[in-house]
Amino acid sequence: MSQSTIAIAGTPAKGKRPATRSFWRNVFRRMMRDPVTMICLGILMLIVLAAIFAPFIAPHDPYRTSMARRLIAPGDARYWLGTDELGRDLLSRLIYGGRLSLFTGFSPVLLATLIGGTLGIIAGYVGGAVNMLIMRVIDIFYAFPSVLLAVAISGVLGAGIGNTIFSLTLVFIPPVARVAESVATQMRNQDFVEAARATGAANWRIVAAHVVPNVTSPILSYSSSLISVSIVLASGLSFLGLGVTPPEPEWGLMLNALRQAIYVAPINAIIPGIMIFVTSMCFNMMSDGLRAAMDVKQ
Amino acid sequence: MSTVPSPPGKRSTHMTSIPNEADPRDRGGPAQPLLIVEGLKKHFPIRGGLLGRPQAWVQAVDGVDLIVNKGETLGIVGESGCGKSTTARLLMHLMTPDSGEVIFDGDAVGAVRGLTVRDLRRQMQMVFQDSYSSLNPRMTIEDSIIFGLVAQGIASKEAKTRAASMLRMVGLTPDMFAQRYPHELSGGQRQRVNIARALTMSPRLLILDEAVSALDKSVEAQVLNLLQELKRKLELTYIFISHDLNVVQYISDRVLVMYLGKAVEIGPVDEIYRSPKHPYTRALLASRPSMDPRRRMEKPPLSGDPPNPINPPSGCRFRTRCPIAEGVCTDKVPALGSVLGLAAHPVACHAHHPGSGHSAAPAEGAVH
Repeated sequence: MSQSTIAIAGTPAKGKRPATRSFWRNVFRRMMRDPVTMICLGILMLIVLAAIFAPFIAPHDPYRTSMARRLIAPGDARYWLGTDELGRDLLSRLIYGGRLSLFTGFSPVLLATLIGGTLGIIAGYVGGAVNMLIMRVIDIFYAFPSVLLAVAISGVLGAGIGNTIFSLTLVFIPPVARVAESVATQMRNQDFVEAARATGAANWRIVAAHVVPNVTSPILSYSSSLISVSIVLASGLSFLGLGVTPPEPEWGLMLNALRQAIYVAPINAIIPGIMIFVTSMCFNMMSDGLRAAMDVKQ
Repeated sequence: MSTVPSPPGKRSTHMTSIPNEADPRDRGGPAQPLLIVEGLKKHFPIRGGLLGRPQAWVQAVDGVDLIVNKGETLGIVGESGCGKSTTARLLMHLMTPDSGEVIFDGDAVGAVRGLTVRDLRRQMQMVFQDSYSSLNPRMTIEDSIIFGLVAQGIASKEAKTRAASMLRMVGLTPDMFAQRYPHELSGGQRQRVNIARALTMSPRLLILDEAVSALDKSVEAQVLNLLQELKRKLELTYIFISHDLNVVQYISDRVLVMYLGKAVEIGPVDEIYRSPKHPYTRALLASRPSMDPRRRMEKPPLSGDPPNPINPPSGCRFRTRCPIAEGVCTDKVPALGSVLGLAAHPVACHAHHPGSGHSAAPAEGAVH
């Protein structure tokens, strides 16, 4: 009588109900289940780790030239991926090159996400004249084709890693700010933001607790797709001689240098291109996977 | 000598904020209305052209007066787009009124010596219609409830205790619900959470903007009963906005009828439902489906759509659809004067104002 009736009466069991998994933990779990995303993640991890531990992994000195061993074809017993036009080991240069290529690809996106996201959220949440001011300035930058803008800024500032990152950041701020502004504007009119305002909470608190958590996923899904564009653009700037300067190993620069040897050693010439392609492709597919994982009504 | 035993029979309360005898915040006594609103007005600009200058104005709320007495429920009814929700948001100061005065328990809101908007929000809270969009999808129920308290400077541990007791009060077990996310709750449960969130701020006036309209009938009844119970326990005053005439009749003490941004009739619920004065109120009440199939409506009580609030009709705004409209209705705006003999039941209609010039108007000095 006693035990079963209690159970039927629905007395809650002792102890708390376990906390539901948070949104981001769910996103992570869904990404883990997607094989394409996991393969891309694996390849990227390999490239990143190789770049970080380059001195321990690279079989040769990436700067050591040798006129006697120029443009050895890939498959050589000593130089697995062959050598470049100055006889430097291609594999070692690719491993070291990942450092600069990934850095110049990643950091403009990170900076642009922070700056553009902040600008967009302010414009969207405050609205009115502030929105007008911020978004019109953004529009002016947006009016230029991105490649042209990056080339123009780098051209004015001169070659160098810092200038490359600066010009690419400036190129990526407008689109990120636009995405952030449109989502933040939607958030402003949500009932839960109104309810938060009705409690008399300060604006910074409402933005931090109610707006930012709801705009991060659209911003992240957009800016993650910019990483591959950034890697290609950064390589492009180096290719044009506006980015990293020789003799630093960087994929775009290597592609440019080997271009002259394309009829002599075509396979050597396209290897850095393949690296750029694979990396940006992986970032793109990871970004798609991330978007799919976040695109679930929570 | 050492320990004074607490007096037996002393009511134990869930929350420290529940008033026992008299609320220390009650300043004017029971006779003073909790809320007096005069000439509340909000016109929205429609911008266009090259410079974004206003081309026209939507007269969403155009001079609403109302009084809410302490401890009563004032129902506000009217069809969609008549300015009910805008009125609610203006009262909460979620929007700034263009003009009009809001006096809360004797203090003018926003005046130099009066109540600040921040103070007002501690005494007044609101429950929105859409139970889903009024909860942040990325926040647990507990975090949503304590947000306001923490913003007011209450320690999060204390706030959590209060949130738990409030959840219990709206009929949700804190252990089961505090850590959940809004999408894991049903509509009725979410609306209970919204009520709990509003009430943790210990308001004296709660504005319910279509708070039960989106719920199933059975759940709606549960939530309505919960609201009645909470009102008694916490000595609350409600402004209950709805388009559902039956619900308003059930819960309200007095009813305000709105049409196109203006109040057309205010009165005790029984009088309004038994003998509506304004032709619009009559039509509204006649539009209710009958429970008796033999008394099925043959023709619609009103035809046509409400006029455009951008360019409302001159004079009485209802005259374009009114069955008893006359020349005077085009020329003069009817004031919300009191109907003779029924001082507590004012109506904005020339047909009820002595000497207005309307043929149905009672003679001057006559008792209607």
